[in-house]
Amino acid sequence: MISRILAAEAAEGAAVPNPLIPAWYDITWSSVVFVILLTFFWFKVLPGFKKMLDERAKAIEGRLADAEAAQKAAEERTMAVEAEQEKLRTESSAIREEARAEGAAILSEMKSQAAIDAERLTQIAKSALEAERDSAVRALRQEIGGLAIELASKIVGAKLEDDAVANKVVDDFIAELEGKRA
Amino acid sequence: MKLFSALTLIAAEEGGFHPPSIYEFYPEIVAFDGTIFAINRIMMIRLIVMVALIVVFWLWTRKFKQAVKSGNVVPGRFQLLGEMALDFVRKSIAHEQLGEKDGERFLPLLTTIFFMVFGMNITGIIPFANIAGTSVIGIPLVLAAAAYVTFIYAGMKKHGLKFFKNALFPAGVPKAFYALVTPIELLSTFILRPVTLALRLLMNMIAGHLLLVLCFSATQFFFFEADGLFKLFGAGTFLFGFAFTLFEILVAVLQAYVFTLLTTVYIQLALADEH
Repeated sequence: MISRILAAEAAEGAAVPNPLIPAWYDITWSSVVFVILLTFFWFKVLPGFKKMLDERAKAIEGRLADAEAAQKAAEERTMAVEAEQEKLRTESSAIREEARAEGAAILSEMKSQAAIDAERLTQIAKSALEAERDSAVRALRQEIGGLAIELASKIVGAKLEDDAVANKVVDDFIAELEGKRA
Repeated sequence: MKLFSALTLIAAEEGGFHPPSIYEFYPEIVAFDGTIFAINRIMMIRLIVMVALIVVFWLWTRKFKQAVKSGNVVPGRFQLLGEMALDFVRKSIAHEQLGEKDGERFLPLLTTIFFMVFGMNITGIIPFANIAGTSVIGIPLVLAAAAYVTFIYAGMKKHGLKFFKNALFPAGVPKAFYALVTPIELLSTFILRPVTLALRLLMNMIAGHLLLVLCFSATQFFFFEADGLFKLFGAGTFLFGFAFTLFEILVAVLQAYVFTLLTTVYIQLALADEH
């Protein structure tokens, strides 16, 4: 089509421009436009664009990091709470254990106390008995003096010929004593 | 503005069917005629596109800066659009082909090529501009040269002079075949690559513009000059024109993508260890 157009025009005019051969002004303006646009894109548009993309990536990463930190903090808080609970649980069980041990100790102490008391009471009873016996013995001894005097006067009063008589006196006296006591 | 009115005047005066011609791409010079700074309608469109790109991306850059300053990580709709546009080149083209490290190295060039080609292409369907800034060879040529210089630079930086040896004398080829392989490699790598880069873009834009002019000037002719039933053809040509306008949007994006992707691939091939 172009060749036909060219041919048609060639018939009319003399110098037909060849679209493949550039005019000087064409080259000039093309170069000027190209250089200006290249400079503009190179030093103005693309650095701004890249900076914006970098900042955006950084901001998004920062937000992700923040979220991660928040998550971590929450996890730590949960762990702390759980540890606290665990601690409380062991503490309470320790207290329970201690109380139980203390109860047992009190019980045994009371038992031993009771045993000691019982021992003491027994002792008191025993000593009371002993005192009674002592006093009885003492009383008996005092009585024995009188009795011995009585016996002696009786013996003196009777005939002291043989042992049989003496023995009979003693025996009678003892029987008399026993009879007295009975 | 003077230019626009002048053009419409000419169109109105001529009458009849106005077929597209190669002169579409050589509008009247309005300033600095005869110097290398001569300005015609297409040069003006290029400068306007440049300003528009700078304004839009400056606004985006300002949004990015605000986002950094306020620590806001959720972009608004406008900012998101800018991020998607820049990330398309960054991720889908540069990182995909070159990996993250080399991708970032060559990103300024690739981003510039993509948005410059797209911006210049899209004026082909923007009302009152109606011609692509890339439909004259200057921009395709300059960008192809930039791509050419860059991939040779990338290869030389990485492999030194071995880059040319690797490119021209591929390993694993029997010595006798170099007589055949080396000229082919020389042609395809160092001559055809930049030429095809430039011509693919240029011819797509030229053809697209001619198609649109053909459709719409035919529509104009059928509606206002033709008699009777021929007017109905106008509806058909108008529909075609509409469809081709949509198609040109696709082409504008696609050519920007293809140009950038091929540049990236050439750089990637130059960086690769084995050829």
